[in-house]
Amino acid sequence: MIASLANVAPHPGTAAQGSAIVSVRNIKKTYPGGVEALSGITLDFPEGQLTTLLGPSGCGKTTLLKIIAGLLPATSGEVLVGGRTVTGPGPERSFVFQDFALMPWASVLRNVAFGLELRGVRKSEREAIAVGHIAKVGLKGFEYKYPHELSGGMRQRVGLARALAVDSAVIMMDEPFSAVDEQTRRKFQEDLLGLIANEKKTFLFVTHSIEEAVYVSDRIVLLSRRPSRVSTIIEPKLDRSGDPEGIRRDPAYLDAVEGIWQSLKKYLD
Amino acid sequence: MTMFGYRLPMMTSLILWAVLWELVGHTEAGFILPPLSKIVMRMGEILPTPSFAEALLITGRSFLTGVGIAVLAGVPIGILMGRSIIADRLLLPWVNLFLSAPLSALVPVIMVLFGLGEATIILTVTLFAIWIIVLNARVGVRSISPSLVEMAQSFGASRWQAFSKVYVWAALPEILAGVRLGVIRAVKGVVIGQLLVSVVGFGTLFEIYSSHFLMEHFWALLLVLFAFAFALNEGMAWLERKVQYYAASRA
Repeated sequence: MIASLANVAPHPGTAAQGSAIVSVRNIKKTYPGGVEALSGITLDFPEGQLTTLLGPSGCGKTTLLKIIAGLLPATSGEVLVGGRTVTGPGPERSFVFQDFALMPWASVLRNVAFGLELRGVRKSEREAIAVGHIAKVGLKGFEYKYPHELSGGMRQRVGLARALAVDSAVIMMDEPFSAVDEQTRRKFQEDLLGLIANEKKTFLFVTHSIEEAVYVSDRIVLLSRRPSRVSTIIEPKLDRSGDPEGIRRDPAYLDAVEGIWQSLKKYLD
Repeated sequence: MTMFGYRLPMMTSLILWAVLWELVGHTEAGFILPPLSKIVMRMGEILPTPSFAEALLITGRSFLTGVGIAVLAGVPIGILMGRSIIADRLLLPWVNLFLSAPLSALVPVIMVLFGLGEATIILTVTLFAIWIIVLNARVGVRSISPSLVEMAQSFGASRWQAFSKVYVWAALPEILAGVRLGVIRAVKGVVIGQLLVSVVGFGTLFEIYSSHFLMEHFWALLLVLFAFAFALNEGMAWLERKVQYYAASRA
């Protein structure tokens, strides 16, 4: 379904088709000390798609994501989620952290159910929900393990399950695979595609890996070097209906990777 | 431990010193440092007496109350200081001052304010223990990974939820280390407090023994207190090791 949505997209670089669930309006961010991270970003994130923020390291992709998450205040501009201005974190958004951010003293089950625990959902109810999501990310049987007993890839699956468990419309992922080794990452990316197709949620993804961006994204927003602006928007039209391994051999995939590399190259010295 | 190829049994050094003590006790120094064997025998004599039991009860009660206050007040204050810059600016100089201050000198002031009773002892214990507990809780909270704080925020934790469900647990290894150090200081506090007040608990016994020059009684009591302090420290260290696995996995 997502692949077909991407296929009907008019032209790369035009405004979002369909309704934008997240809108960023002229966001500027200057850190104390005068470092200008973002200089006037305006973007729409269409509902039900996976949009990736991609750019050279230190370009402020994570900063933008955290502003959308309500974890960081913007210097000026506004973020609208579902038409409403964001002033802080909210139940319609959930976050997957680069370093997992799991509670080491809590079991996988409690970690996954934590968002619901904070909302006051009854223990039996929230654990039933969590068990379902633990199975969904492929960790069935690990419910009573502790984070230190899991590998990096498995820990991030817990982080993902926790974000899914609160059933928010928007899931934000901040370089979720950067602390995971290469083989695990590939497997995880493949599994993620399956999850995205089933969940019908809006995903905001941040990565510095071009291959990863093209592999998982419906839209890729290229950010320029600091102070960041939106440089280009690319919509790789890949057929994700078949074998997930086949995507990496798809000429469209390879062309998109090459195209992005050519436009990012100029930011390197 | 092995020496010259022989395996030495545990506590070899302890036995060695005990023997040395025994020998010194039989020389002329024996009037101030009686032989260990006699002290141990005296210990067996003192321990079952009602005056010892009463002293132990009073000491234990004021110790536990004092430590309890220090933990219940110190941990939240430390966490508050770790999370709030204003609270930190306001309190840190004082905490550091009291941490390094010669607190024994303050006991007479407490005595004037609270009289020659248990209240003074309790307050002395708290005064000795609380500062290191505050400081460690503060450090523990400051070393919580920022993403764990953001995690709590992003999933909508209220201030109280973030405190009780995340910060306390994330800082637990440092908090426990602080409590262990606090407990050790509290032992000093309870003994110094009782010695200075000298009409409560072990203070009375020490006063009687030293004024009547009952050195065997005096040393016996001292050894009992040393053993208590040591056992407390080991108990806390054991508790700390129990939570260490996640302290290590946290990095």
